[in-house]
Amino acid sequence: MLTVATGNKAVATAVKQACPSVVAAYPITPQTEIVEQIAEFVTSGELKSQYIPVESEHSAMAACIGASVTGVRTFTATSSHGLHYMHEMVNWAAGARLPIVMANVNRALGPGWNIWAEHTDAFQERDTGWLQVYVGSVQEAYDATLMAFRIAEHESVLLPVMVNLDGFLLSHSMHPLQTVEIGDFIPPIRLPHAIDTAHPMGYGTLTGPDQYFRLRWDIERSMRDSVGVIRETEREFAKRFGRRYDAVEEYRCEDAEVVVVAMGTLGKEAEVAVDLLREEGVPAGSMRIRWLRPFPRLDLSGRDVVAIDRDYSFGFGGVIARSLAATEGAKPFSVIAGLGGQEVTYDDIAGFVRSRRPGEEYWFGVMPDV
Amino acid sequence: MTDIPREEYILKCTSACAGCSDSLTLRYVLKAAGPETVLVVPACCTSVIQGIYPNTAMNIPVYNVAFAAAAACASGMSAAFQAAGRKTNVIVYAGDGGTVDIGIQALSGAFERGTDFLYICYDNEAYGNTGMQRSGATPAGARTTTTPGGKAQTKKDLDAIVAAHNPPYMATACASYPKDLFSKVQKALSIRGPKFIHVLSPCPPGWRYSSEKSVEMGKLAVRSGMWILYEREFGKVTINRPSKAAMIRPVPIEEYLEPQGRFKGISPEALAMLRSVAERNAERLKREEEGIC
Ligand SMILES: Cc1ncc(C[n+]2csc(CCOP(=O)(O)OP(=O)(O)O)c2C)c(N)n1
Ligand code: SF4
Ligand SMILES: [Mg+2]
Repeated sequence: MLTVATGNKAVATAVKQACPSVVAAYPITPQTEIVEQIAEFVTSGELKSQYIPVESEHSAMAACIGASVTGVRTFTATSSHGLHYMHEMVNWAAGARLPIVMANVNRALGPGWNIWAEHTDAFQERDTGWLQVYVGSVQEAYDATLMAFRIAEHESVLLPVMVNLDGFLLSHSMHPLQTVEIGDFIPPIRLPHAIDTAHPMGYGTLTGPDQYFRLRWDIERSMRDSVGVIRETEREFAKRFGRRYDAVEEYRCEDAEVVVVAMGTLGKEAEVAVDLLREEGVPAGSMRIRWLRPFPRLDLSGRDVVAIDRDYSFGFGGVIARSLAATEGAKPFSVIAGLGGQEVTYDDIAGFVRSRRPGEEYWFGVMPDV
Repeated sequence: MTDIPREEYILKCTSACAGCSDSLTLRYVLKAAGPETVLVVPACCTSVIQGIYPNTAMNIPVYNVAFAAAAACASGMSAAFQAAGRKTNVIVYAGDGGTVDIGIQALSGAFERGTDFLYICYDNEAYGNTGMQRSGATPAGARTTTTPGGKAQTKKDLDAIVAAHNPPYMATACASYPKDLFSKVQKALSIRGPKFIHVLSPCPPGWRYSSEKSVEMGKLAVRSGMWILYEREFGKVTINRPSKAAMIRPVPIEEYLEPQGRFKGISPEALAMLRSVAERNAERLKREEEGIC
């Protein structure tokens, strides 16, 4: 069905269709509408979930953990400070192998208080064992949320999935949304280690180095297996509903001599910049990284790379730029842009490409123009 | 009693909503505290009403801190002032959510440790900053964006929780009674150790009444017995005059609820819950005042 929705509404609608047994959440700008929508669905009876209005995000994730380990589907949503307040439990959810799905509306971290888009919040959770997908449109927020449940709950994954959408740019902007009849796209959840009084087990028991090490390796094995599960799920989604996704969305890359690599809405903006550059005769292309974990492979060989980071790892660099250097041996022109909701247009991005200096780092709006 | 001074520490350029009693309360609090004061503010409407960097509507230092962290941050600040031999008031100014929900652990810790500070909870009975979701302090029957059918649970008894820590001074107040509020802040600051003031803060957009009615709403809360003004000094409870009067001749609770959109269509069960909470609080305070606990 074709409707119009904000990114938040799109997520809430997908959650309604996935019908988790338990939703525990805490409000925070710009995620609040997700929580409010779900509360409304539950109150009106459209969604038959237990909705727990917890007193903090730490408790939101803890409640999801407690629910999930009984073998039911769970969902929560948060943003920036909320995500970081639940950090301990974010690690716990992955370590406990619980397929919780969480929407995170990307927002900058204080001080000073800033409610606008930035990716640093979720990037700081990248080593927790969660799968992370970043969307570029309202439609994709909906589609990715539906797929997240199927991927997280897949028997060879059983890891939590975080769906990231840019604060305000997606969470609050109204776009057309094509909803689908999901049918049996998300199979019933089956958690092999669900609590069962007929088969009592210890959960999270004191664990020595040997066994602990094995459990960590097991997380990584599932993370690697998730690459195939994601691909299979995205193909099945395309087959059933007609919309195709990949770990990396390439745009006019076949003959590109320079590619812009970016995430979220900046990745979409880059596509417009590519069109502009092509008109000028610059053989440009763009790659929008969707899955940060598991981190995808990119075909960058022999091309100039302009990496745009809406995040920063202090004392190290832009996380995307440094990741491309580590995984692909790239020497990107590393642009730091959009922090705290800074506006970055396709014109700006085209400018980065025109005046790129491979191997250097440039802070847009702070350093003199290149 | 001293007159309320003319000095203003919260300037005219705040970004508060019209009729906001959070900012009205803060105005009197700061007049009572004076310039040798640092305010510690967790995420709440007060983080917003200060205005946008590099400007500020505040004429004293305000330390903005994370949502759950205010009381713990104040503990550190108070200890540091003590180490430096400085007599600076440390006042936490927090919303109800930052107090009864996410901040309750830090609050309890600071009161148990005996931090020398004043904790003020201005209570608009919901999460104002994020657009009026329920909090633990939302009363039964009130509609918020996360309780569209009216809240099913009663308001968390914050004062009983704080009282369990046995602080040297705690009180309730409301900016509709400015002299009472002013003198309670002054009294609190004259005592060493952890002090607490719980201030009812009517909020026009959140409670859905028209913005010129904030002072009246506070008065109706007190007159109907839905909010009781009292002090607890070194364990001794005194019910203040306006509430004494209300206990003898209360206005009906409906007069307080009726102008508020959030209570529109309240169920008889929720109304009964509100009534019984108000009665229980009054009975308990009366007993405590008489020394029968
Ligand atoms: C860890 C964390 N979670 C959520 C938020 C979002 N948030 C900011 S203020 C607020 C509500 C504050 O409510 P209250 O304490 O009652 O103060 P009020 O806004 O009503 O003045 C929320 C949920 C945040 N800043 N940090
Ligand atoms: S929402 Fe209520 S408490 Fe917050 S600034 Fe507006 S009137 Fe004040
Ligand atoms: Mg509040």
